[in-house]
Amino acid sequence: MTTMDATVPPAGGSVGLRDPDARGYFGAYGGRFVPETLVAPVEELGTAYFAARSDRAFQDELTSLLNRYVGRPTPVSEAVRWSTQLGGARLLLKREDLAHTGAHKINNALGQALLAVRMGKRRVVAETGAGQHGVATATACALLDLVCEVYMGAEDMERQALNVVRMRLLGARVTPVDAGSRTLKDAINEAMRDWVTNIQDTYYLLGSVLGPHPYPLMVREFQSVIGAEARQQVLALAGRLPTAVVACVGGGSNALGIFDGFVNDRHVRLIGVEAGGDAIVSGRHAARFATGTVGVLQGTRTVILQDAHGNIEPTHSVSAGLDYAAVGPEHAWLRDMGRAEYTSVSDDQALEAFQRVARLEGILPALESAHALAHAGEVALALGRDEVVLVNLSGRGDKDVEILQARGLGTSPVGVAGAPQREDGT
Amino acid sequence: MTSRIADVFARLRADHRTGLVTFVTGGDPDAARSAEILRGLDRAGADVLEVGVPYSDPLADGPVIQRASERALAAGGNLSRTLDLIEQVRADVQAAVVVFTYVNPIFKMGTDAFVARAAAAGVDGVLVLDLPIEEAGPFRQTVVNAGIDPIFLLSPTTTDTRIRTAAELGRGFLYGISRLGVTGARAEVASGARALVERIRALTALPIAVGFGLSRPEHVRQVGEWADAAVVGSALVDVIARAADSPDLVATVERYVAELKTG
Repeated sequence: MTTMDATVPPAGGSVGLRDPDARGYFGAYGGRFVPETLVAPVEELGTAYFAARSDRAFQDELTSLLNRYVGRPTPVSEAVRWSTQLGGARLLLKREDLAHTGAHKINNALGQALLAVRMGKRRVVAETGAGQHGVATATACALLDLVCEVYMGAEDMERQALNVVRMRLLGARVTPVDAGSRTLKDAINEAMRDWVTNIQDTYYLLGSVLGPHPYPLMVREFQSVIGAEARQQVLALAGRLPTAVVACVGGGSNALGIFDGFVNDRHVRLIGVEAGGDAIVSGRHAARFATGTVGVLQGTRTVILQDAHGNIEPTHSVSAGLDYAAVGPEHAWLRDMGRAEYTSVSDDQALEAFQRVARLEGILPALESAHALAHAGEVALALGRDEVVLVNLSGRGDKDVEILQARGLGTSPVGVAGAPQREDGT
Repeated sequence: MTSRIADVFARLRADHRTGLVTFVTGGDPDAARSAEILRGLDRAGADVLEVGVPYSDPLADGPVIQRASERALAAGGNLSRTLDLIEQVRADVQAAVVVFTYVNPIFKMGTDAFVARAAAAGVDGVLVLDLPIEEAGPFRQTVVNAGIDPIFLLSPTTTDTRIRTAAELGRGFLYGISRLGVTGARAEVASGARALVERIRALTALPIAVGFGLSRPEHVRQVGEWADAAVVGSALVDVIARAADSPDLVATVERYVAELKTG
């Protein structure tokens, strides 16, 4: 039986082992800051989730879907040419881009869609930024016969048009959100407005480690399969644990998913990479840990980008999936404890890493993941050849080709325009 | 010492009258006209003035109040300016004044600073949309200590246990949400509103105001059959939006409120 296969770690990794307190707080962060009408649905969700995660049948069904449908475990690939070029540590890539639908988002979408079925909800609403969570949700809903409505900022619909088409082909209704900054934050507002109106039959399938308790815990636990697999795979491949694990952080679900496998290995550095946008000094970025302060956004208390009056500030990133004003509350807690460290990478650095990995490794990473790759390269460069840096390659970059073209990349008949073509030493 | 809000509701009960609670966004369409609107609402007989704090991400509000928030923000509105506005009109209005806000602007200002300024401005009550009773502990105590009434929302989804807790911790009145969903005017009073009011009534003697979706005199009359007061928000904000550029703005608002009171 696939679910009992010894080579396949159970879905969930450390499920149940690192819970927030009863009110949903990770240290000073988290909680449930929701309008009154949502208090009961959020409690109902918590009760249903805690019952499901300790139910072997539920976990087996999810594991079976992850193995037979998503294609888990996703491999860990060694970036041999890139590592050689850098002359530093060995770079290993956790290939979430190879999961069905092309990103880690499917792990969480399937978990929550199964939960929706278990709760008797027939309609699912979701928000999406880059469109990967929307595609994953539309996919899970098609598979499990659920009605699916996805809210997406109008600006994001323009820059991630491919994913809009994919969602519609999968049978989802995609509703543009024209309010505010017309990006992920506004899509979440609209999804929550839908949920508060239709709570009787509707499940809100939130895509990251954000929102009111239990979402940050639940989404991390559905993503922890990434870290559970990766830890075994790195040990098998390199015979040692990585020196550092690097992941991009929008809300932060792919990062918490892979960090989860290593959080108890105290000597393994956990590094989250935020979107530096144009530049931190320009103010046009989404690096919450660089200039953010503690506040409440969309149900959770965490580090956010806000002005002097508590209004949420506009963010900027070339990558729609990192373009958000709040970071998951557990990340803020990990940072306070010194267990994880956070840095940022600019649009330009991410684009450069994209080109490098495309040409040296034959992989088109998502622009979100390219942020992690950019910083991982710097980390690896400072380390010796016997050391290992693990990067979560959280998604594939097909969705980003239009943005890349608009930046003049991939338009030259030979190679990639503006790429450092001779730097690989060949 | 009883609060101004308690006095308002005691008088309503003594007079067998349905109270009218009006909501407008502070600083919409701008600070000067907003002050005139608040004075006009009071002249027209509103019993409680809810003043909304403009905020960038009003996730419990429908499009009408979202747009009011955007207009007020564009005109320089924020929590601090909203308190200034209240302070400016306080001496001119008889009605009780309630600040209606999302929590983040308060946290950013700091609870102590906010409560001190609100008390100085003459604020009678504070209602925080996304601060449910479980998260409200220290904030509520600071508010009560300053002589300001913390007002809690109750929804058709609220359990009896939580209604009891809200009634224990709340002061002034309880705000019953008539329907699931966001703010916004509707053609009819929600069918579940009466059942909610009856559930609340069975558990507490605190006055009950009902809102979300009310827009017409007959709505106010209908709600008055079982609740102490009706809240009119989006419909009033819409009247303001439509008349914003007219020299008759305040008169238009007063006429609308006077009409509501015929209910």
